[in-house]
Amino acid sequence: MTQEPTAVTENQQTQAIVNDFCITFSTVNGSGSATANTTLLRALFKMGIPVTGKNIFPSNIQGLPTWFTLRISKQGYLARLEKDDIVVAMNPATFSKEQEYVVPGGVLLYPDDIKLAVTRTDIHVYPMPVKKLTKDAEVPPKLRDYIANMVYVGVLANLLGIDLEKIYQALDFHFKGKKSAIMSNYNVVVAAAEWAKANLEKKDNYRVEPMNATEGYIMADGNAAGALGSIYGGVQFVGWYPITPASSLAESFQEYLPMLRKDPVTGKDTCVVVQSEDELAAIGMAIGAGWAGLRSMTSTSGPGLSLMSEYMGLAYYTETPVVVWDVQRVGPSTGLPTRTAQGDLTQAAFISHGDANFIILIPGSVTECFEFGWRALDIAEHFQTPVIVMSDLDLGMNQWMCKKFEYPNEPMDRGKVLWEEDLQKMIERGNGQWGRYLDVDGDFIPYRTVAGNRHPRSAWFARGTGHDEFGRYTEEPDVWERMMNRLLAKFESSREHLPLPEVHTMPNAKIGIISMGSADAAVIEARDQMLAEDLPTDYLRVRAYPFSQQVKEFIRNHERTYVVELNRDGQLKQLLTLDNPELATHLIQVSHLDGLPLTARWIREQIMTQEAK
Amino acid sequence: MSEQIAEAGRGSVNAANLTRNDYKGAPSTLCQGCGHNSIASQIVAACYELDLVPEQVAKFSGIGCSSKSPTYFLGRSFGFNGLHGRMPSLALGAMFGDHRMKGIGVSGDGDTASIGMGQFKHLVRRNLPFVYIVENNGVYGLTKGQFSATAEKGLELKKQGHNPYTPVDICMEALVANATFVARSFAGDPKQVKELIKAAFSHRGIAVIDIISPCVTFHNHDESLHSYVYGKAHETPLHDITFVPAREEITIEDFEQGSVREVELFDGSRLVLKKLESDYDPSNRWRALAMMDEAEKNGILLTGLIYVNTEQPSMYDLYNLPDEALNRMSSDRLRPTRESIDALNASMF
Repeated sequence: MTQEPTAVTENQQTQAIVNDFCITFSTVNGSGSATANTTLLRALFKMGIPVTGKNIFPSNIQGLPTWFTLRISKQGYLARLEKDDIVVAMNPATFSKEQEYVVPGGVLLYPDDIKLAVTRTDIHVYPMPVKKLTKDAEVPPKLRDYIANMVYVGVLANLLGIDLEKIYQALDFHFKGKKSAIMSNYNVVVAAAEWAKANLEKKDNYRVEPMNATEGYIMADGNAAGALGSIYGGVQFVGWYPITPASSLAESFQEYLPMLRKDPVTGKDTCVVVQSEDELAAIGMAIGAGWAGLRSMTSTSGPGLSLMSEYMGLAYYTETPVVVWDVQRVGPSTGLPTRTAQGDLTQAAFISHGDANFIILIPGSVTECFEFGWRALDIAEHFQTPVIVMSDLDLGMNQWMCKKFEYPNEPMDRGKVLWEEDLQKMIERGNGQWGRYLDVDGDFIPYRTVAGNRHPRSAWFARGTGHDEFGRYTEEPDVWERMMNRLLAKFESSREHLPLPEVHTMPNAKIGIISMGSADAAVIEARDQMLAEDLPTDYLRVRAYPFSQQVKEFIRNHERTYVVELNRDGQLKQLLTLDNPELATHLIQVSHLDGLPLTARWIREQIMTQEAK
Repeated sequence: MSEQIAEAGRGSVNAANLTRNDYKGAPSTLCQGCGHNSIASQIVAACYELDLVPEQVAKFSGIGCSSKSPTYFLGRSFGFNGLHGRMPSLALGAMFGDHRMKGIGVSGDGDTASIGMGQFKHLVRRNLPFVYIVENNGVYGLTKGQFSATAEKGLELKKQGHNPYTPVDICMEALVANATFVARSFAGDPKQVKELIKAAFSHRGIAVIDIISPCVTFHNHDESLHSYVYGKAHETPLHDITFVPAREEITIEDFEQGSVREVELFDGSRLVLKKLESDYDPSNRWRALAMMDEAEKNGILLTGLIYVNTEQPSMYDLYNLPDEALNRMSSDRLRPTRESIDALNASMF
């Protein structure tokens, strides 16, 4: 399947394009277009058609251009496309530019009060009487701008064949059943659809047809999913500070905790959420809570992760469980704060000073954000160490079609925590001794007690300074070395306990692809495109760091492995190289960073060009 | 009492059936004569006299000489030595593990008034029930004698020369941030230090005690605000302080009727302030600020309970917490039901 814009032939002009195109909405930030766009998204999803929506927006609250792209794909592809089949140009400021992006034979919709010239002759153009239809609608003048966007919902419904009933359901969902809000929007949709039916002659080839391809799926964003997974993972303390694109993760707690986390016994709250004064404090709070035996976490983005660096080292060295979500954006510095990237990987792996290693989980879908939400808490408490979950803006803030959230299929792993009776037994077993950092089981993971334990020998002093197996201060060279080596051994021992990589093979594949996180969607599609051009590929998606042995085997088994990622420096490739120096020549960097999600076309081109050499 | 001694065979015991030794920590490694050691001793004495169970107290610190001292008291208490200036956030998160516990943090002027100023003031405004002691000596001891932010303008130090900046006043900062318990004391006045610590533990909210604690090694010139000689000569207590635990009967006659002011604390215990010269009202924040400003102009080290507000809800009151400790909750109470996932998926659309 190719997505290249090609010249329109007579034949193509008459061939219907069903459930396989992309609509881009160009609006002004803050003009309320999100409601209209998600309404369309939900209506299409309700029709059983695979669909995904991406916001491309500026770092601005109101006034700058913003785009929403809605991809309809009968094959279920979720990645971004680099073309616009249908453009809804609501923003006069970008109108002329917008025309250029429409594919030949494509569609341009715009409000008829935009008096700028339409320069393209190879596309279909439908001006819409937005002003008139919104004026006719009986809504207060100040709401007119908001419902203006419903005009294009109605016109598109008519042009493409979107079920009005499904649009009603979508509005009903959006406005949580609030009749007046639903009707003031829906009436505009209906009026616009009727106007289009009476006045527009459909000349383009795009339309939608109901399918049955969304069964078992939901529409959700990764940030809400991450919060929900954590809620099902029993998170008890969240310290956070606002930062784009991570804020909505923490905000989702406020939304869902009241519904999901009232104590069944007392009806009281079982999770505390504190908006801190900054990220330095957010991580401090989360680590304090983790030390005190609460399942705790924080969420941030790259700049915030930098601020957390020193405390992460303390948590590593004191062996304190804590989960940190990094919803990545484009850095360095403030960078492109509303654009997406996978550029914090090496920061996360090597965060803090001295010798320290950090477990990283990398969800590749919204469903996996949910799963890693609860798993991260288990892993952090099991290994008594910080766990960083790397999401990104694309995964976190965009609406994805994804598999339904599944109830955790494993009991909660609280790790080696000793309460009064356990401790008494431990002391008896240890001939009167117990030490916070003693490796009793030979698995490098010691036992811990937490504040509130009333056994007179339960207390220990957590310190960032050198300490021995009993938590006592020491500067003895051999003790320092021994403690640091145990920490490394503990980290190494986690390799096969973390989410294992996902491997997909194709018959006769000679080359491999390794990727991670949200790049998955584009890689899946690119592999299909390359297969269509007789280039089968094997694919391994890394889901955790340190890497499983399977990753090494995959690299060894492929003479060339392309490492596809969304950053400039090939950070995943760097980590793979460090881990597999003897196989370094097998790895080829395919990394790209422009602030936009990866596309299948770009990946295919990179790999095919290399392969042609 | 004699029965208890006979029963325990280990010296006097308090109502928690513990001896003073049960509240002690490791031997101090701070300098001989350091004011911080004296404060550590008063923390031990206060906890003993309050009959606190050491396992029910958590202690915290940041970085600096002062922050080393939690090792030197309450050896049977959980403790966490955090990062420079970032003890407040650590303690806040930790105290939610078991909110029935008492918390005490020891910080210094470097730890609180420089990098820690933000976290200090935010802990204060959240009113977490927590005893926050600043061992204030105006100098960085652990890095060998640099000026701290509380050092007075014009101070001369051997290596640093002349301090050109005006100092931060920790009590003023606490008051401006709406602290609900603000006190100042002097390490050379152990009785007052102890009574204030006892009252602070009974306060349901943040209790800030700024204790001038001379650095005998780097900063003990006779004319300096943070020295023993200056403190002894210029300390002006606002009142004589006596802490009366809730279980003890109080007869006002013991304190010369008409010259005392009582403050009832959260747990029913009382702080009796015996009037000295002025009839000072510790419930008036503006008055407190004005008085401190006046004292500073006159080079007077005012000590005592500067401000208290027992009405303000504590941070715990802002959350709908169960009575039991959050960290003892079993997994089945933390994970939503299996049935809930279907409703959740349905709500996702």
